[in-house]
Amino acid sequence: MNRIQQKLQENKKLLSIYFTAGYPSLHDTVTIIENLEKAGVDMIEIGLPFSDPLADGPTIQASSTQALKNGMTTSLLFEQLKDIRKTVTIPLIAMGYFNPMLQYGVEAFCAKCQEIGIDGLIIPDLPVAIYQEQYQTIFEKYGLINVFLITPQTSNERIRFIDSVSKGFIYMVSSASTTGAKSGFGNEQSSYFERIAAMNLKNPQIVGFGISNKETFEQATQQATGAIIGSAFIRHVTEKGIANLDEFVNPILS
Amino acid sequence: MSYNINEKGYYGEFGGAFIPEMLYPNVEELRQNYLKIMGEPSFQEEFNQLLKDYVGRPSPLYFAKRLSEKYKTKIYLKREDLNHTGAHKVNNTIGQILMAQRLGKKRVIAETGAGQHGVATATVCALMGMECIVYMGEIDIARQAPNVARMKMLGATVVPALSGSRTLKDATNEAIRDWINNPVDTHYIIGSAIGPHPYPDMVTKFQSIISEEIKWQLKEKEGTENPDYVVACIGGGSNAAGTYYHFLENENVGIIAVEAAGKGIHSGESAATSVLGKEGIIHGCKTLLMQTDDGQITEPYSISAGLDYPGVGPLHSHLYKTGRGEFYSATDDEAMQAGLELAKLEGIIPAIETSHALAVFKYKTFKPNDVIVISLSGRGDKDLNNYIEYFNL
Ligand SMILES: Cc1ncc(COP(=O)(O)O)c(C=O)c1O
Repeated sequence: MNRIQQKLQENKKLLSIYFTAGYPSLHDTVTIIENLEKAGVDMIEIGLPFSDPLADGPTIQASSTQALKNGMTTSLLFEQLKDIRKTVTIPLIAMGYFNPMLQYGVEAFCAKCQEIGIDGLIIPDLPVAIYQEQYQTIFEKYGLINVFLITPQTSNERIRFIDSVSKGFIYMVSSASTTGAKSGFGNEQSSYFERIAAMNLKNPQIVGFGISNKETFEQATQQATGAIIGSAFIRHVTEKGIANLDEFVNPILS
Repeated sequence: MSYNINEKGYYGEFGGAFIPEMLYPNVEELRQNYLKIMGEPSFQEEFNQLLKDYVGRPSPLYFAKRLSEKYKTKIYLKREDLNHTGAHKVNNTIGQILMAQRLGKKRVIAETGAGQHGVATATVCALMGMECIVYMGEIDIARQAPNVARMKMLGATVVPALSGSRTLKDATNEAIRDWINNPVDTHYIIGSAIGPHPYPDMVTKFQSIISEEIKWQLKEKEGTENPDYVVACIGGGSNAAGTYYHFLENENVGIIAVEAAGKGIHSGESAATSVLGKEGIIHGCKTLLMQTDDGQITEPYSISAGLDYPGVGPLHSHLYKTGRGEFYSATDDEAMQAGLELAKLEGIIPAIETSHALAVFKYKTFKPNDVIVISLSGRGDKDLNNYIEYFNL
């Protein structure tokens, strides 16, 4: 069984953290992953920086721009991660835009992920239908779970379709927004969370966007299995560095 | 071989809709409705009426006698520069504002590089009383001040794009982000034949009025609907798409595209996408684009802000890949000289984008009996400062 699927069976609310590889410094990748695991994080999304991150707000954009300036590339990231499974056991997901993967070669990219021990992928600009038609066989050949997004605007019919194609969890975007755009949840989110919970989907859901602290983590995971923090974590490493990540994680999990 | 879009939204291998799920409802709503709405008699009637009374169509097809003498061939100019707002861009914004209304949208967003599309969008929003927000790279805001002023006067809000390289591609990113954050009441008027399906096809169809008119106008003048060549400059490729559209399937009509070579194709400062680009995904569309080996999109350069885009629309990638289109690229210098030449020979000052199309004669010699139609996509008023600086006028 894939590490993601195993993790999802644990009877707890999962905390997943997104960070941009190559930020704040080029060679922080492995340290960040190890420190996050030590701090008790359940899952990590390793962001591949992209020049034109359409779905991201200013915080992740800025970290991507800086990571690219620092010299991050797909090959370098794979090089940095080559021994990661000697020290890290939690699920690792690569998150990035499709064009860099396309240039690397989709099959070569997937093969490399498997070799390293990456468990899944999140590719916001690879729609479900194109994935199914052209890439599902390749991803599955290399044991990778592809994670799809839903939003408050996604119709129930489409959510069912996405649920049928998904094999790990569904990434539930909390509001119609880019990353880091909004913080905190209102009535709209509550009714969305309830609507999705009532659908009894086959895949568990992990909520992302708008989660920054204990309060929002708990709101998000009332019904859902877990939550993902991105922009707030990037802000933390920007201000405080990458050494004491438990300072960020502890208050959320306490 | 077909050069039109297929039912899945591809031209050959190019096109499609590579969009995040957050955009799916908006893009899907448009995809499901655009052809139906465009086919409604009331839509057609209103669109044509506005093109006639407001834009001033049909735009003349003008036989350029002195230019023809100089290059020893028969040259016609399709005068999109005489449209209201001074370029072909308004054909598309008129169509899309009517589309937005019929989709029940209340708010319009757009991206702009040179400001021509921003002005054309602000214009139709004023006309229809709709809220208008235009994203424009911070750098372009500085170099296209008159168009920024025009947009403001027309009631639009101009928002500087501060991310990335702060030019057209980043303005497009910001417009897309706005659309993600405003998923219900907003229509995004894309300004070229780019973006996720159905945009390239919708923009092409709105611009196809250009070749529709060329056919009957040429019939009147030459006794035939079909020229030997149609020529256009390509940024994203909307004036080109409109100029080619009704000739795409007639292989007797040669299709010529002129891109911006900037300071030279291999100078590192160029926007010659067909030569320098590789297949990839930009702004939701699979097409040729300029990028690093690692798949990061690179910043193009051209003296003309309207050609300063790192991709081309998927139709043009297909025309290039299949060989249906002949592609050339003109440097800044060649374009500026061609613009000056048109001013001196015909009394028409073209937009610098358009001047690239006019530089085709540097690269290709035509036969004396060839009939060539060049898309005169816009007028040069907005570029006067550039011309002044370049020629020390
Ligand atoms: C006069 C003129 N021609 C051409 C272009 C390039 O756009 P497209 O390739 O979409 O026709 C522009 C863009 O601003 C323009 O203003």
